Amino acid sequence: MSDTATHPGTAAASIAIRDNYLAMARQKQMYGGIILVIFISMMASGFYLADSRNAGGFWNGISNIFQFPSEVLSEGIEKAANLPGLLVEFLPSLVETLNIAAVSTLVGAVVAVVLALLSTRGLARWPRLIPVFRRMMDGMRAIPEIVIALVLIFILGGGPVPAMIAIAFHTAGALGKLFSEVAENTDLKPVEGLSSVGASWTQKMWLGVIPQVAPNWLSYALLRFEINIRASAILGFVGSGGIGHDLRLAMQWGQGKYDQVVAIFILLFLTIVFFDQLSSRYRNRLVKGH
Amino acid sequence: MTTSDMAMFPESDLRGDVLRQFNRRKLVAFGVPALILVYFAYVFVSFDVAGIASRARLDNAAILISDFWSHKTHVTRDNRNNEVTVAIEGENKGRYPEGMLPDWVTMDDGVTRIDLDKGHVVVFDADGARYTFPGYGVINIAPVAGKLVLDLPDDTVPDWINASNTRISVTTEQGRFSYTRNRTEVFKYQAGWELFFFTLDSPFFGKSFFELVSLATVGERIYPNQTNIAAMVHDFWTNAMWRHGDVAWALFETVLMAFLGTMGAAIIALPLAFFAAANFSPSQPLLFLLRRFFDFLRGVDGLIWTIILSRAFGPGPLTGALAILFTDTGTFGKTFSEALENIDNKQVEGVQSTGASRIQQARFGVIPQVTPVFLSQVLYYLESNTRSATVIGAIVGGGIGLLLTQAISTQKDWEEVSYYIVLIILMVMAMDTLSGWLRSRLIGRTGQS
Repeated sequence: MSDTATHPGTAAASIAIRDNYLAMARQKQMYGGIILVIFISMMASGFYLADSRNAGGFWNGISNIFQFPSEVLSEGIEKAANLPGLLVEFLPSLVETLNIAAVSTLVGAVVAVVLALLSTRGLARWPRLIPVFRRMMDGMRAIPEIVIALVLIFILGGGPVPAMIAIAFHTAGALGKLFSEVAENTDLKPVEGLSSVGASWTQKMWLGVIPQVAPNWLSYALLRFEINIRASAILGFVGSGGIGHDLRLAMQWGQGKYDQVVAIFILLFLTIVFFDQLSSRYRNRLVKGH
Repeated sequence: MTTSDMAMFPESDLRGDVLRQFNRRKLVAFGVPALILVYFAYVFVSFDVAGIASRARLDNAAILISDFWSHKTHVTRDNRNNEVTVAIEGENKGRYPEGMLPDWVTMDDGVTRIDLDKGHVVVFDADGARYTFPGYGVINIAPVAGKLVLDLPDDTVPDWINASNTRISVTTEQGRFSYTRNRTEVFKYQAGWELFFFTLDSPFFGKSFFELVSLATVGERIYPNQTNIAAMVHDFWTNAMWRHGDVAWALFETVLMAFLGTMGAAIIALPLAFFAAANFSPSQPLLFLLRRFFDFLRGVDGLIWTIILSRAFGPGPLTGALAILFTDTGTFGKTFSEALENIDNKQVEGVQSTGASRIQQARFGVIPQVTPVFLSQVLYYLESNTRSATVIGAIVGGGIGLLLTQAISTQKDWEEVSYYIVLIILMVMAMDTLSGWLRSRLIGRTGQS
């Protein structure tokens, strides 16, 4: 108070600063408000549009959302005696789904390692080709698995292999990008040390880079494995192979085979929860060390 | 030596330890790849990879690849009434109307002459059909008493001609020709996607780019009640062969599914995450319940949600959006609550020291910290869900996924399949760019390539 009295100039300046601040805050609030209004109107109009282009409306659907699950469940409970047998019966297809996910994660990860090392600044074998490999990974990530799977089913026939290739292809692109981001933060000293003793590029990568990045890479690969289990189930449903295929057959049959649907739902649910928990535990251990 | 070493380190056998570690690492270094190899061998057998080689349909692959960049035109004569039709891909909507023929087909007096280029010529006439192959001669086919008689320049039948009493087919680089009792057919392959812009019934078909530009700008109106440019857009949009309008709608539906699903999930998960984060939750049982709820939503998985929801809501984009919403509410709930648990408490304390209420603390102490994390999560999922929406669309029957599966299941419209694939890739890349751009605008730049 005494300051403002003795230094009128400072007081004017601080008032100006306050006014400026308030004006900026108001402006920011206004922008925030505008964005919010745009967002809400996009959501609302999008919802109405989607609702109008849907065969059954939202309000109709929401009232019988429990109808199908209860039908399935009541038949499942009715035939509960079949359930253990069905769980065993579908186990081989579940294993196939898991195999598709595991193989495609492994193959994809191996390709991703190569692509990531080739597209990381400071590590690349051919630095000029970095953009080429990056765009390659972008392209591999952009193609949805279903596209490759359906085309390959036409050529290779049904079975797990088309799904496996499709998922591996996408995995290579997705993991490659993440791997390369990790590799960018590596300490280059071991690599320099190795080059001073005349190591080849492969040796530098294998001995100098991989040991540094392995925990983070493994954790990403585990996360990807979990995602790939879901992808492999869904590709089985649309295309062929694994438990998704069995699910589609059971669904097509409809009433009367809902006990099979229940069994498959249970298997899928347990598997996904199991691997979800497993991978988050190991990822925590790998990245945080506990 | 060893005794003196042992004397110096009486408690620990350092050398032995190091060697044991080395041995263990060696074992791991060889054991892990060996295990993976054994696993691959098992999968090789269980997936029957060897059998694939015999089951693979390389001819299908050839059809697919050639359709990706070319189209074929069918010239067909019905041998019972001698009526000749020329149709692109043999489809009704690609059929050349009366009095309009491609310049390589000439018809007069019941004689149809088809020029397949490089000297290959096929002629249909009253006696039968003739294929002229330069350097080989004339392949003459005539029906005699209900049987097909093949007349070749020399006695042996080459392997590119397949002949029986009821069917004769000739396959060359220039096209395919087949003769059965009921019909005579020639396929001519040409590069490009024919009728991509305008179908044959449109007045703009076959015009060059410059002709179209001049028609659009200074030319006379073709339809008196419509400008030419509006007519062009209309003809393009309603193209019966490529259905550009429907395809654009389908792409939009797919993006709409991803947008509604992702944003809806984020809106629902945001408040719930506060109750599921240990440092904000008012009650422990609620926290536990919410976490199990999130686990349940994620564990049931998009596939099962899609199936359950499509029973309730029927096919369409809303069902797909809801399926994405259900799964991602679980994912966002988990990651948001984890982010909330990892915030820096000092900012909250600072706001608290000014006497702010709990709501104000959350608004000014917490939200600014977690917004970048949440936004980058949501934007990443927006892009990834565009891809998921393609698959989900194939199941629920909406969007580009449906068009793609339909086109693939007919097993002949491969040029449409390739068109859709190109569009899907462009769509995903556009969403990728958009989400990257939004991220850098909203959060500030973090490591974009």
